[in-house]
Amino acid sequence: MKHSTAWKQALIPGGILGFLLLIGLPLLNVLGFLSDYYLNLFGKYLALAILALGMDLIWGYTGILSLGQAIFFGFGAYAMGMHLMLASSGQGVYGERIPDFMVWNRVTALPLFWKPFQYFPLALFLALAVPAVVAGIIGALTFRRRVSGTYFAILTQAMAFATWLLFNRNELNLGGTNGLTDFKSLFGFSLHTPSTLRVLYMVTAFLLVGSFIVCKWLVGSKMGLVLTAMRDQEQRLRFLGYPIAQYKIFIFALAAVLAGLSGVLYAPQVGIITPSQIGVLPSLEVVVWVATGGRGTLIGALLGAVGINAARSLLTAYYPEWWPIILGGLFVGVVILFPDGLVGIPNQLRQGVRRIRTQLFTRPASPVPSPSGRGLERG
Amino acid sequence: MEKPGSIIYLEDITVSFDGFQVLQGVDFYVDRGELRALIGPNGAGKTTLLDVICGRVKPDTGRIIFGDNTDLTTLEEHEITMLGIGRKFQTPSVFKNLTLVENLTLALRQPRGVWSTLFGAMGSEQMDKVAPTLETLGLLDKAHHQAGSLAHGEMQWLEIGMVIVQEPALFLLDEPVAGMTKDEREKTGQLLQRLAQDHAVLVVEHDMEFVRQTAQRVTVLHEGSVLCEGSVDLVQRDSRVIEVYLGRGHNVDAHH
Repeated sequence: MKHSTAWKQALIPGGILGFLLLIGLPLLNVLGFLSDYYLNLFGKYLALAILALGMDLIWGYTGILSLGQAIFFGFGAYAMGMHLMLASSGQGVYGERIPDFMVWNRVTALPLFWKPFQYFPLALFLALAVPAVVAGIIGALTFRRRVSGTYFAILTQAMAFATWLLFNRNELNLGGTNGLTDFKSLFGFSLHTPSTLRVLYMVTAFLLVGSFIVCKWLVGSKMGLVLTAMRDQEQRLRFLGYPIAQYKIFIFALAAVLAGLSGVLYAPQVGIITPSQIGVLPSLEVVVWVATGGRGTLIGALLGAVGINAARSLLTAYYPEWWPIILGGLFVGVVILFPDGLVGIPNQLRQGVRRIRTQLFTRPASPVPSPSGRGLERG
Repeated sequence: MEKPGSIIYLEDITVSFDGFQVLQGVDFYVDRGELRALIGPNGAGKTTLLDVICGRVKPDTGRIIFGDNTDLTTLEEHEITMLGIGRKFQTPSVFKNLTLVENLTLALRQPRGVWSTLFGAMGSEQMDKVAPTLETLGLLDKAHHQAGSLAHGEMQWLEIGMVIVQEPALFLLDEPVAGMTKDEREKTGQLLQRLAQDHAVLVVEHDMEFVRQTAQRVTVLHEGSVLCEGSVDLVQRDSRVIEVYLGRGHNVDAHH
């Protein structure tokens, strides 16, 4: 009973979201209004929305700007990719028991670190645990030394760059610049049939709604207060006796787990994961999604991720070379015109209307300049 | 030199910033249940002394013994706070985007670990706990307002309230009446005296009238060391104190 308010705040919006994504869209698909192609695309957007939720927790609520969230997304996506490659081993061009790219690289036996990924539960565990542990280590090294703000942002960006360089190398045995692709099946179900992709959509939507409810509950609990307080007045909170570094490590690791989960769901739906999805630019894009949707609202992060990725799919089909400029312009425009993001626009409009209304109503009452000019002075 | 009745005992504390000695071998103690004022001209090291106690500044030399036998110099800020030392800063520092209830909820004496916070109670249960303090502060009707909307004096009280609900054994206040009106100063004085009934209070203050109204004993700091210590009357008659500090202070006094 004692958590009732936090849960109530989480379950109502979570329920609405669940209804739309788990019943609404699939129903449109069944009735033929939404093709399988678009349902799959939505599945991809919803996977990325989980990444955005984590970003909103650390940046929107806690004020820690991480420019390396795609690292953790990459860990999740590669872990899933490795499992998918091994699940279809022996079905490659060469019929070997190792992925094709290893044959090209003259690797004869499966590298040791690939072996755990043969088993789905283990692959899933590693996809979530590796981001948590890596984030925990980064957090312990930085937050305990009180590295924050710009320094933390630059540090994580450098790490994203280093990770990108590392994953590009053939020696790492993760497919180099080509990444992992040519996934065939998951649990024996072909990844090329609409029904498997529909199931993947449902699983993604379900996990997104679940993640959303958990995040919403978290920010509604006393933890949410601590996070907001940490963003606004870290020093005061420290002298109230809170171990600041522990809280930052916790929330950074949680965001990393969400990023890992996002990668796990992304890889099988898109069918490929390459280093280009885990470096500096994809990390920055997550920031743009959250800023555009509205920071510190969770639903804003979700709308931003889905909205911008949908816009990308739409616009890159017609004007591929314009996309980076559109994305950059969108970011600058939102920051200047709508600092609270898309979800903040109704409130901003309401305030604007109120301001205009007060001006209209107070104008007749304002002092009219008297011949002596005293009215002007007072006005 | 160990004082059996002292809540905190500083021994030979030296602090320097960029080669400049802010505190020079300060020996200082506060008794249990005492309301002590710390005065001195600007740059005397008053705020630094509070900073050293609560861990914001680490001393170059010396020991700080809190309670029976805990050395504070090796501890982190949050550990020192949890031992029972509450601090009110000079400029009001409250969480402006949170409501008064939320501000006090964060300060309540409850476990501070990540897990206990995650599953900590919220809502009406916390309101019940902080309502008496809001009543004492005279801010009950603003319980659900954002702290940022408060007037300067009210913000100071809220921060004092945040230290009250921590239930500290030692209460550190840095210029609590700065920028307050006469009425507000009086109310703050009453608040501190009520606090002193069951906490030791160490207050840094410039306002001599306020010091005379509230404190039992006064310590005068000058250029990083203790110049003089005693009752308000004794300190005010001390020729060295008059020379370095009260010469000005008396003039300020005359205005009140």
